[in-house]
Amino acid sequence: MLKGIIGLLAGAAALAQPAAAQSPDPVLIRAAVLRVDDPGLPPISRLDLPPADLGFAGARLAIEDNDTTGRFMGQDFEAEEVTATPDTAEAELARLLDDGIEFVVLLADDATTLALADQAGDRAMVFNAMARGDNLRGADCRFNTIHVAPSRAMLADGLAQFLMWKNWPRWFLIHGSHPQDQAMADAYRTAAAKFGARIVEEREFEDTGGARRTDSGHVQVQAQMPVFTQRAAEHDIVITADEADVFAAHLPYLTWDPRPVAGSAGLVPRSWHPAMEAWGGTQFQNRFERLAARPIREADYQTWLSLRIVGEAATRTNSGDPETLKAFILSDDFDVAGFKGQALTVRDWDHQVRQPILLTTGVLTTSVSPQDQYLHQTSQLDTLGIDRPETQCQFPETP
Amino acid sequence: MRHLLSATAGLALMLASGPAMANRVFVSNERSNDITVLDGETFEVIGTYPAGNRPRGITISPDGTELYVCASDDDLVRVFDPNTMEELHTLPSGPDPELFVLHPSGNPLYIANEDDNIVTVVDVKTRQVLAEIPVGVEPEGMGVSPDGRVVINTSETTNMAHFIDTETYQITANVLVDSRPRFAQFTADGSKLYVTSEIGGTVSVIDPETQQITKKISFEIPGVLPEAIQPVGARVTSDGKKLYVALGPANRIAVVDAETDEVIDYLLVGQRVWQLAFNPDETRLYTTNGNSNDVSIIDVETDEVLRSVQVGQQPWGVVVAPN
Repeated sequence: MLKGIIGLLAGAAALAQPAAAQSPDPVLIRAAVLRVDDPGLPPISRLDLPPADLGFAGARLAIEDNDTTGRFMGQDFEAEEVTATPDTAEAELARLLDDGIEFVVLLADDATTLALADQAGDRAMVFNAMARGDNLRGADCRFNTIHVAPSRAMLADGLAQFLMWKNWPRWFLIHGSHPQDQAMADAYRTAAAKFGARIVEEREFEDTGGARRTDSGHVQVQAQMPVFTQRAAEHDIVITADEADVFAAHLPYLTWDPRPVAGSAGLVPRSWHPAMEAWGGTQFQNRFERLAARPIREADYQTWLSLRIVGEAATRTNSGDPETLKAFILSDDFDVAGFKGQALTVRDWDHQVRQPILLTTGVLTTSVSPQDQYLHQTSQLDTLGIDRPETQCQFPETP
Repeated sequence: MRHLLSATAGLALMLASGPAMANRVFVSNERSNDITVLDGETFEVIGTYPAGNRPRGITISPDGTELYVCASDDDLVRVFDPNTMEELHTLPSGPDPELFVLHPSGNPLYIANEDDNIVTVVDVKTRQVLAEIPVGVEPEGMGVSPDGRVVINTSETTNMAHFIDTETYQITANVLVDSRPRFAQFTADGSKLYVTSEIGGTVSVIDPETQQITKKISFEIPGVLPEAIQPVGARVTSDGKKLYVALGPANRIAVVDAETDEVIDYLLVGQRVWQLAFNPDETRLYTTNGNSNDVSIIDVETDEVLRSVQVGQQPWGVVVAPN
């Protein structure tokens, strides 16, 4: 396949890309996608059940995209797809590293991502395509890790900016009882302080392991949710922090007071959404759906973007040398397009990818933050998340 | 069908076959799935006509007898009689045709298939596909050299301008430009090629002889965020003196001295300005403003925006009938 196309383009290579013409065999650029599946409870809604190819489908599209460009550059890309459990992840990563793979996309929770990033050390550049932990970009930052997934702080700030524009500054914050829910609640508290909102009341929805998805589940829920939210201080909106997916999806239309819901349900901040159509998004969705026969998930987008970063670096440097690519990705010259209307770049203080945050309902993108009125001296995107002066990340001076 | 007929009733006196009335302006409306036709003298809306699903790229034959429209979601090109706006026939286009360019002789048509990473070449007379040329990811911009020997395609995710030999259908060169190249435009003497980069925020000036980038034009507008400056459509006057660049969500047209390739002015137009077209004597420039659903009309001599005219939903492309 590849050979045939190269034959067709033989004349092409000679003129503009002499490097390609000199080497008849394309340069192979290898990566891996390591997905660590945590066998937890199923999601509240069966629509959210994870597909078997979660993340991997995004990888396949990225490799297709990279290879199409690679035809003109004399470059060939591949990404090995690996699934692991929390118990087998270390061994799988060790195998990939021993195999000489220097670009590893991780789809794992916060703690696993940190452990695997440490394991990779200077042997590979790690792309965090799932974990949202602000600590991973702060006190626990690692020089080898590029955070393609937005942080909790970025998601909370993106929503906060919109709610301030909407003039809904009084928040009723309901968070779950799991550590990741608490972490998300922290991000909303920080965002409220940063943008001038007030959290007028906080409640914890404790996960007591109740009977979800039973025949009578909705009956229970219908009774419980209004009661749980009654007699809250006067508020404009209910903000939910429920990363464990225990209760938030039940709240819209069941709150005691008639108030909209945002956060983990209702208006949800995300990196990507399958209804996004602006900025060439339609074409991206079409290509993904043709390949995967399902709508795209955030994990797919983030994995796609991770591997596009590698591909873009290979195109711009005309190189397949991993060290050259890593250095370029971390340089000021690097940017990549990701169907979000502006160039995406890497923050040098914590290696977070700057990106707009989509605010989405079930079927549409309602808004995209940053909102126009929030300005910044370097990049408007730095109004989202932890900015340089606030960062707790300290990279070694000369890595 | 009935109201379609009544819409065209006013045109009865122009129903005689032949080239389109000079200066008539055709605007493709991506969301309302129609074409708005304007009178190029009075700027009045003459009528609105169905054009298939998601009409985007639009062009007209050099003799003014056939109007071509990329109906992106129908996966074909619709051909209209520009006088009656009756659909004459369709052309195969390959999937998701977005932009195209007609050979200077009027045949064939080179079509960018955005979803399929190919350029389709279609003979507009025999209605046959002559070739499918594999290009980069998300092919979009299409330009043709004045001598008709080279077609340029820009691929938005690969970020290249591909030079295609119109005799052999082979790619002869690939020029890496800034992110999301949208449009390719040669000067009338063929000495320069302009390629706009939407996310990169620049226009690359390319020497077609050497396929080297000789300059990158960048833009800076007081009070406009740099990220909002997204060059898309571009047109250069045939005397090679002025280049106009649509800057998308910056809601402005950049006027560039095409001899020095320095920006000389910015003109405020409608929202998300997308594509551009001159009238035949190049005294007027029309801009499609996708988010404000209107067309701005610019006086090319004075660079004044004369007025704006409401058209359909999300106007995308524009073409003016030849003299």
